[in-house]
Parts: sequence; structure tokens; C-alpha cells
Amino acid sequence: MRFVLNGHPEDVDAHPMARLLDVLRNQCGLTGTKEGCGEGECGACTVLVDGDPVCSCLIPVSQIEDSAVVTIEGLGEDHPLQHMFMNEVGAQCGICTPGMIMAAQVLGPAPTLDEIKAALAGNLCRCTGYSAIYRSIKKWKISTRELTPRRRDDA
Amino acid sequence: MPAVGNSVSRKDGIGKANGRALYADDITFPGMIHGRTIRATIPCGSIRSVRLAFDTTGFTVVDHLDIPGRNIVDLIEQDQPFLVEREVRHMAEPILLLAHENAETLNAARVEIEYEEAEAVFDPERSTQLLKSIDIVKGDVDAALARADIVVEGTYRTGHQEHVYIETNGVIAVPEAGGVAVYGSIQCPFYALKALKCMLGPITKVRVIQTETGGGFGGKEEYPSMIAGHAALLALKSNRPVKIIYDRVEDMIATTKRHPSIVRHRTGVMRDGRIVAMDVDVLLDGGAYITLSPVVLSRGCIHAAGPYRCENTHIRGRAVATNTPPNGAFRGFGAPQTEFAVEVHMERVAEALAMDSVTLRAMNALTPGDTTATGQILREDTSALMVLDEAVRRSDFRRKRESYRGTNKAIGLALFFHGAGFTGSGERYLKSRARLDLTATGVRIAVGSTEIGQGTRTMHAQIVSDALGVPYGDIEVMQPDTSLVADSGPTVASRTCMVVGKILEECAHEMRTTLGDLSPAEYHAQHGAFSVERQYEPPGWIEWDDATYRGDAYATYGWGCDVAELEIDPDTFEVRPIKLTAVQEFGRPIHPALARGQIEGGTAQGLGYALLERVVMKNGAMANAQLTNYTIPTTLDTPEIDVVMLDNPYPGGPFGAKGLGELPMDGPAPAVVNALRHYGLDVREIPATPELIAQCVSY
Repeated sequence: MRFVLNGHPEDVDAHPMARLLDVLRNQCGLTGTKEGCGEGECGACTVLVDGDPVCSCLIPVSQIEDSAVVTIEGLGEDHPLQHMFMNEVGAQCGICTPGMIMAAQVLGPAPTLDEIKAALAGNLCRCTGYSAIYRSIKKWKISTRELTPRRRDDA
Repeated sequence: MPAVGNSVSRKDGIGKANGRALYADDITFPGMIHGRTIRATIPCGSIRSVRLAFDTTGFTVVDHLDIPGRNIVDLIEQDQPFLVEREVRHMAEPILLLAHENAETLNAARVEIEYEEAEAVFDPERSTQLLKSIDIVKGDVDAALARADIVVEGTYRTGHQEHVYIETNGVIAVPEAGGVAVYGSIQCPFYALKALKCMLGPITKVRVIQTETGGGFGGKEEYPSMIAGHAALLALKSNRPVKIIYDRVEDMIATTKRHPSIVRHRTGVMRDGRIVAMDVDVLLDGGAYITLSPVVLSRGCIHAAGPYRCENTHIRGRAVATNTPPNGAFRGFGAPQTEFAVEVHMERVAEALAMDSVTLRAMNALTPGDTTATGQILREDTSALMVLDEAVRRSDFRRKRESYRGTNKAIGLALFFHGAGFTGSGERYLKSRARLDLTATGVRIAVGSTEIGQGTRTMHAQIVSDALGVPYGDIEVMQPDTSLVADSGPTVASRTCMVVGKILEECAHEMRTTLGDLSPAEYHAQHGAFSVERQYEPPGWIEWDDATYRGDAYATYGWGCDVAELEIDPDTFEVRPIKLTAVQEFGRPIHPALARGQIEGGTAQGLGYALLERVVMKNGAMANAQLTNYTIPTTLDTPEIDVVMLDNPYPGGPFGAKGLGELPMDGPAPAVVNALRHYGLDVREIPATPELIAQCVSY
């Protein structure tokens, strides 16, 4: 079975009903995607499939044939949101962090607090009470906006 | 720029955020196989027979007869077995261990166990098996109750609470020369080491290594010793590395929870509001084995009279056994239960006096020079009034208390405190040690205290950096490996900063004396490496009598006042917190951003405890052992948390710091229930689910 994993074609020999989570962790060797509950409640295993955040514990691998899958490893080791999560203490124990960061990828350039909350509503964190996660994302968006040349109609 | 007091970059690096940090389930060893635990399916009785109803080819099977040493998880007492021999005391008790290289084959294996069932006890009020009792007596409570103007009575209940660390429990045991190494998600590697040594006997060499740990909250204090033992037995028998990772259901069914409580109060007050008598009865459900119940009860009882002055106090505590999985350590450790009771009760005392409850609290709040229930004379680092005043001002409490009346909004408050470090003589018995190694490039911290998200690595490095006068960047922190680090005691009881940080500060001072004016690199080039290791010495003035429960229960206390603002649906009784103001004093923050994270996170856990987190027990087992129906706060359930950190340095802590981790857990539940009371709902139990609130309403 073939899909695109973090920008590169990937061939795996897996049972069609194998969980994408297990294929990523055990066959592709990408352990940045975590299992928290195995039933789609905690969001620790969030990855992007064709740009949408999904719980990889709920996706049979046959469903992603020819799709593009992005995991936390696909963002590189030095993504600005990763740094913000450490600096702002959006990550404490860190186990929910990869899933949080993946879920946050779909946010627009200037999300409101309610938009951030809605985007992360399927991702549980037991350490932070979420406030520091909001701060991490807001600062990331502000820094991204500052780095991007503003178009005239933004002014 | 000093490191302490600034939110310096964390020693964790970027690995937690980019997926490179390795948690137990992320690690593999060559030849590694998987382990599984076969558990009891009755709550009470004995085993008649065990039959392996599968082809055992390729399996490693372990029962209690494979244990070379003692079949006990050595903790405070020696009553809990690693594997049942005959008598089953609770659902999900481990009986048999299996290992196989194929996880699917392993999970398909069927074991048939026949039992002789006995009558189980689930109700702690009907239990006749006492695990521990405590009696704290100050003055003459009966005489004081007799002469009080008003006596207010009440009973308050709290349920189980599950930790829900997002990483479930897991370990890997690896055979190595002469013994076994256990890697895992473990708060207290030296607890696991002690239990393993007792189980394996003196011949087998053992070491325990903490892997990156995805949350603990007390839930990985004592239970990992059990899993570590299981994995070690399978590894030694199969002579292969064995990984045991619990799935969420197994983790919720088998591991410890917060002790449920029933607390009864009888309080005597004078008409002017002075509290003259507090009679408190505390009952904790310990579950099937003693584990940590005696010390949970102890902390619960010491906090049971709340942060109030009262010359006549009697606190009776009992922890009893039931046929349910043992309850254990959970952030707050008995205090959230008893402080819930006393703070809801105070609201009712104020009502009985027709008095404003803030005024009642202010009138009776502990101040320097007052004595606690154990007779401890409080020092200058006592901040009950400071946190109360600030919380009332900051939240605009009095105005909102009036303006919310008659609306679907409500506001309530709770005042609380939390003793930092081990109780009484605990730190003196523990004799914690910490070590600093001088290296070619700087200094290395070698302690068993674990980073579980709270910032241990960073905060310890900050303390050493400033105390030694060495750049923060030159300090490294070792991964806890019991064969390499000093036993700095367990990572519990809000002691990792205040106690272990203090030993490290003293190590740094001693190292500086040796270094003279040289930097670590200069000294190393001239004289080579050396280490400094020191033992904790509690402040000399601490006096504690375990027999009478009199004296200085804790070296110092953190203080907090939480204000909860709620919106209540008048038809469904669904409660939505809209704001939580958390004013807390914990000496001085070493790393303000991490400290704030402790308060925000603890407050959210407290809100879950108050409103959402209901463990449903059926026939002695958790019936809702899934995150689908045991719900913790999501982004949409968690309100804005306005954190205020006030300073009142503790001279015995490093740079004035006290303990912090548990304090934020004590306040939210009573603040929420007091807000429900403001709305007109007489709730005396948590979690205050809509169903429970509906029962409290009289139509």
C-alpha cells in the first residue's frame, strides 16, 4: 500500500484494517505520534491526512491509500510553533504536544481565542489547563505575521 | 541576569515538541517481546484453579511461584502482592503474567480461572478493616461546643478521581549482566528499586531508569513499582527485554485513584463570628491494600480544619479497606478532600450566622503567631489574609456577589493552604541526598527527582546556576538512573523544588568553596573532576511527635484563594465555569512561566474534580474506564484562569521558594460548590454533575 508520508512516497505492507497510528509508529518508525486512549477521545495521535487533522488511532491504513499524511516529524525539528510550545510552557510533560501542534496547523493567520479553542477541542491536555497552549499558538501566529510581508489590503 | 526568577529556556530541549523525546512506548530493544497481565475478574474470594487455554509455544508464563524473593510490593507496609497467590482482594488484581513476541498472539491468549467468591465490601462506612486511624486533639472541643452560640453540622463527600496522565503506565525490563534494568514512566525510580530488590532478592542486580514521562500527578508514584516487578519477572524468565504498556482501559481499571472521602463537621461559633470549636471526622476509602493510605490520611487530617484559627479542635481520621483497587497518591494527597469539606462548611457557618462569608474567613484566618490544629506556631511566611484580600479585590468579588443574584450566574470563593514537603518527621527519616558533579564543561546535577512535566530539570539547574555563580547554560541534568544518581527521595509532596532544590543549593555553595575563584572548566583543567554530595537537613526548629500528632506538621505552607464564576443552566443544571481567579503564594517562583503552568494545570484538574470527573464503580471495578465516558476538561470546559502569584519568601527554601505543585488542586472544587450555593443549590458532594445537582433541588 502506498501513501505520501511527510512529503515522500511510502510503501507499507500492512493489514488493511491496521490502525494508521500503529503503521506510523511500528512500521515507519515515527514515534512522535502518541497513543493516549485508542478511541479518538484524546487527540494525542493527531496527524494531517490531506491537510485535515485526524485521530490516527481511528483510521484504518487502507483508508489513506494515495493520501498525503503529515506527522509531527514532517514539520521538521525546528518549527517555530515547536519552540513556542517550549518557551511558553504550552508543553509540560509533552505527551499531548505533537497532537496539539498538528491540530493547530489548520488555524488561519490570526485566529481568535474561540477559534483556537474549537480547533483544539478534540485534544486533551492534563498538565496545562490549556492557557499556555493558547499563548504558544498566539505568539506563533504573531511572529509568523511579523515575518510575512503585509499585503496592502491587510493594512 | 540571574537564572532564578526568570523564565529561562527549559532544559527539556525541543524534543517534547518535535516528537523526538522518547517515552516508554517509543523505545525498543533488540529481541524485545511484549508482556500482558492476567487479572482477577471478581472483587473478593480465592482462586480455585488456573488453566492456560491456549497453545503455550513461544510464550513466557509467570506466576507467583516464579518470584525469587518476597511476593510483596514493598512500600509503607508489606501487604500487597505482585501476583495473587490464592486470595483475591479486588477486581483487576494481577494473577498471571504472559509474554510473547507477537502482540496479537499475546492478546488472543485465553486463561480460564475458577474462583470461590466471597462477600465483598464496597461501602467504606460498612468496612470493618481499619488501615490507619489518626487523632488530633487541641483544647477541649466538647466543652467549647457546649458554650458556643451556634453549632453547625454537615457531611461532605468526594468521589474517586482518575489521574488521566495522557501517557498510560508503561515499562520495559531488560536483562543485563547479573540482573535487570527497568526503564519506564516512573515518578519515583527509587521506590521501584526498593520494591524490585525485595521481590528479586539480594543476588540480582537491579537498576531503574526513568524515561520521558507523560504526566504523573501522583499516579506514577507507587503503581509503577508493580508494573516494573511484572516486567522484570518476565524478562528474567524469558531472558529477553519485555515491554508492558497498559492501554487506557487497563490503566483506568487497575491503577490507583484519589481516595473517596466522607467528612463530617461540627463547628461551634460565637455570634460575632469567632470559631471556638471544630470537631471533624474524616473517612477515606483506601481500597484493598494499605499502599499510601496512612500518609494520605495524615495529610488529609492535618488540613481538615482549614486555614483557620481555633483553640478547640478534634480531628478523627480513619482509612478503611474495601474490595476495590487500592487508592493512592494523587496531587494534593488527602488535602483536596478535607479542604473541600471545610470550605463548603464555612459557607454554611456564615449562613447560620447571617454573616458575609469573606468576613467570617478574614476574622478566623490563620496569621503569624497563631497555632494550627497540631499546635504548630505559624511564622511570618503565613499568607491567608494576603491571598484572601487579593482574590476578593482582583475578582471584584463583592460587587459580583450582589449583581449576579437572581441571574443564572454565580460566584464563590475558597481559602486554602497546603503543607510543603513530607509530613512531620518524614523528611528527617528520608535523609534525601543530592549530588553535583564537576565536569570538563560545567556542572552536572545527579538526583533521582524526575521531570514529569513540572519543570524539575530546569528549576534545579536555575538554583545551581545562581548558587554556584555559573552560567545556566553550563549546567546539565542527568536522566535519573538509580545506579548513577543520588537518592533525592520521591518526586512527590511538593518537595522537589523546596527540599531537593535546597540540597542542591547547599551542594553548589560547597562546590564554590572548593572552586575558589575558578570556573568549573578552569578548575577541571587544573585539578580534574570532583563531586559534592549532601544530605537534607530539615530546619532545626522543627519538632514533631508521631505518637501524639503534635508539633510542626510542615516546615512551611503555601496559601491560596480561588474565586469561581459560573453560569448555570436553570433547566438542565449544566454548569459552565466562566472564570477562575487563582491567587496563590508559594514563597517565590523560581521559573515564573513553569510556576504559572502548575497553577493553571492544577486549577483545571480541580475544576474537573468539581464538576466532571465521576468514577462509576460497579461490583468493585470502574465501569466507565474510557475517556469517552470519564471526561476530563477540554478546551471548551476550561475557563479563563486569572493567575496571581504573590511573594512571601520561606527562609528555609532555595531562594525563598516553597512547594507549589499540589496547592492549586485544593481550591477549585470548594470555590465551585460555594458558587453553586450562591445560586441557591445546596450541594455537598463532588463531582457536582447535573444529575447530582438535580437531586439537591427540592421542587
